[in-house]
Amino acid sequence: MDTTKTSPAGSLELRTSWASAPYPVVLADRSGTVVELNTAASAVFSALSPGDRLSDRVPEWLSEAHRRLSADDTVGAPEAPDTSDAAAEPTGRRAEEPRAAGSSSGQVGDRSYEAHATRGSDGDVVWWLVDDTDRRLAEEALHGERQRTSFLAEASNALLSSLNVNRCMEVTAQLAATHLADAAVIIAPGKGRRHPMTSCVGSGEVVRSIVDIDTTSMPGLAEALQGFPPVPSRWIDPASAPEWVVPEEMDGAVGSVVITPLPGHGTPGGVLVLLRTSGRTAFSEDAEVFARLFAARAGAALAAARMYAEQSSITTTLMRELLPPTLHQVNGVEFAGGYRASGQSDRVGGDFYDVHPGAGEDQESLAVLGDVCGKGLEAAVLTGKIRNTLHALLPLADDHARMLRLLNTALLNSHHTRFATLVLASASRREDHTRLRVTSAGHPAPLVVRRDGTVEEAETSGSLVGVLRSIKSTTTTIDLGVGESCLLFTDGITEARGGPLGDEMFGDSRLREALSECAGMPAEAVVERVQMLAADWVGRGRHDDMAVVAITTPRPDVFSALTRGATGRRRA
Amino acid sequence: MTVRTTQRPGPDLDPGVYRDQLWAALREGDEYAAASAVFEGLENGLGAEQILLEVIAPAQGRVGEEWAANRMTVADEHVATAINERVIAALAHHPAGRVRPEHGRITVACVEGEWHSLPARLLSEVLRLRGWRVDFLGAHVPTPHLIAHLHRTGPEAVLLSASIPTHLPTAHAAITAALAAGVPVLAGGAAFGPDGRYARSLGATEWAGDARAVARLLLEGLPRPDPTAMHLPIEDLPHLADQEYTMIARTRAELVRATLTGLEERFPPMREYTARQRRHTAEDIAHIVEYLSTALYMDDVRLFTTFISWTGEILTAREVPTHTLGLTFDVLGAQLKDFPRARALLDQGRAAVTDSPHTPIPGNGKPA
Repeated sequence: MDTTKTSPAGSLELRTSWASAPYPVVLADRSGTVVELNTAASAVFSALSPGDRLSDRVPEWLSEAHRRLSADDTVGAPEAPDTSDAAAEPTGRRAEEPRAAGSSSGQVGDRSYEAHATRGSDGDVVWWLVDDTDRRLAEEALHGERQRTSFLAEASNALLSSLNVNRCMEVTAQLAATHLADAAVIIAPGKGRRHPMTSCVGSGEVVRSIVDIDTTSMPGLAEALQGFPPVPSRWIDPASAPEWVVPEEMDGAVGSVVITPLPGHGTPGGVLVLLRTSGRTAFSEDAEVFARLFAARAGAALAAARMYAEQSSITTTLMRELLPPTLHQVNGVEFAGGYRASGQSDRVGGDFYDVHPGAGEDQESLAVLGDVCGKGLEAAVLTGKIRNTLHALLPLADDHARMLRLLNTALLNSHHTRFATLVLASASRREDHTRLRVTSAGHPAPLVVRRDGTVEEAETSGSLVGVLRSIKSTTTTIDLGVGESCLLFTDGITEARGGPLGDEMFGDSRLREALSECAGMPAEAVVERVQMLAADWVGRGRHDDMAVVAITTPRPDVFSALTRGATGRRRA
Repeated sequence: MTVRTTQRPGPDLDPGVYRDQLWAALREGDEYAAASAVFEGLENGLGAEQILLEVIAPAQGRVGEEWAANRMTVADEHVATAINERVIAALAHHPAGRVRPEHGRITVACVEGEWHSLPARLLSEVLRLRGWRVDFLGAHVPTPHLIAHLHRTGPEAVLLSASIPTHLPTAHAAITAALAAGVPVLAGGAAFGPDGRYARSLGATEWAGDARAVARLLLEGLPRPDPTAMHLPIEDLPHLADQEYTMIARTRAELVRATLTGLEERFPPMREYTARQRRHTAEDIAHIVEYLSTALYMDDVRLFTTFISWTGEILTAREVPTHTLGLTFDVLGAQLKDFPRARALLDQGRAAVTDSPHTPIPGNGKPA
């Protein structure tokens, strides 16, 4: 406070000037009795008049400040700037100089004031009151607003991080329980009476459960869960909150409860229930508005997560039919396959393979591997059609050429303009070898690795399918001895670009070289080896779809060993 | 065979017995003998987890060693690994290996580019035996597939496996993405360094040295990443701001080509190389550049020098004079004038070659 240079407080002139001052002014003597007050002060302290004791008529903070000031004065007023030589007679010298003597602040009714004191010569104190209600409110509002904005920004970050519905509900409960209330419970839309519920108390653990509830047992819940028509958030009588909604970990009785619907983008999004213990202040209107803002964000995040879950479950279901199958041993012949789609995030593409097991031990199994022109989902859809068509044509698999002709006709008659190349390989186990019948339809010829590491190309060729009215193909027969493999592959392998210099093709010779090391390997190992070399060759570069299938003759004792071992014990 | 004895004392309860049997079977590529070794151990009272960690894992480890020491061919190694895979699968179907899940869901995956999936597979089985619900995604999992899986299943943690240090930048991408999806990451495998130091610098929640440590950490519970922390991947590795890694990784093929040409000028015998020898040299240079860029990524000298000492030993074994390595560094360094961190690494690498005691790799037939 500045030292105000004014004349002694007792001056009549000044008293007159107070009378009309726009600020409330109260003059009180050392004993705390009001000497005088101006009009503005009368307006604030309506019951106050000269002669009253301050402590009877004004709020405690002011009368207390006055008492302290007067008490200080009698012991020597240490804050006084000019007591250097007059400690023994504190009031005497300073009687000439009124000076600022501190300030205080507090509420009067619903307004708040700063009170500045000026001490007069006679020990009287003039209290100047400045109404700072608006400034204080503005400051509080600003502070609150900043906190909310930063919380909402934080909440948005947290809510956006996961597309998993459960995780999203956990985060919502956690944030609400730490920032908005003592405990938060989220009730998700359920099936019938069963609703997933997520709750969190304070900064504690999130608890997830499924509750079997009657939604009408809690006022406002059924409507809020319905999502539409929109309902506002509402307070409910804590006594009417059913037991199941109050988390066990919550300390003390529930004092207030707010139910806020979570907006769900057209579908019911669930309900956020905020609980406060009776020890804490109830929700203000402000807090409730804020909770609604939070609920809007949480609801949006949950809706996105639900939509993602729904879409991903649809995709998974549809994709299941398009994904390459897991291959294994069939009737004494080993099959293994490997697949890598071109796009980083793609799972399917234009390459495909299948193995259709023969009905009996001496029946042929049919392996198919092919490549539809194009990439991505659209190509994958056509691979699905080809795979289905071939499946339907299985009874005719003893004549590959005929099977391909029928497939060709089917493709020409469909609305797809794409074409495909493929290899058919029918395999049946004989005593010490596997008999293969192999036919290529415009596809790279399969490679065969012999026990001694020599690599041969299957002598088969034919036209691709889906373009010409009439097609031709030649089928070749190959016998695979024990430990020998036949590799079906797509050009994604041989045409993979990369290597140490970055732009070389993997090429036929590298594939043959790799394969010659695969003599005697089980089918899975052959596939893994080829896939690994091609993937390493490509490195982080772009590549086409890549598919490989290995057909191998295992040792006669091998496949039975494990099955016998496993089933023997199952009986035990 | 079907008589089940429990807790019989004696050598039957020593996993070493079955490990030796299994190893012999793997060496022969005999799947039948491999399966009997394992099932016999099980019937004689070894626990399924003991079989996995004390019989199969060390036998597989030995496969790797023998292969590295040139005593097993690539084919032998693949056969042995395939047999182990099958044995593990059969073990999972054995009554002793059937467990009712009592803990949460866990995802196990190898980072993209990582083909050695057996350690991760063993880990998955151990966790399954300990009552976790495990989704094993296998070798070479592209990060987008991993993240889609995490969003779909919301597991309690993801276990990322990588064995070769050059996969670290890819591992970083996977770790960052998993954490951003709100899933804690436990990193494991030789790539992360013997003490897991790289796991920590890449921001992984935890690192574990073996399957039992993983199980222990999971049981204690991994903290979820703070979803409100706006973490940028560059904050893990602030040195990346100099862009040296980015530039070198992007121009890797050009660097290899230029180095190959430069070497030919400075090392006349190379002009007589066969196509196969030239290819090997190109591959060696590509490896050096890859380790160099990984060391730049991690800002870790040891990552580079360890690899260089090892390469020096291999070259010595191949009877290639190691001073070609020094030459390679000179030629590389000349192209990397504007890359102070890379040049410093090359200097350290050169020192590592000179210091290398040229220990020959273990010779033919003798066990290491």
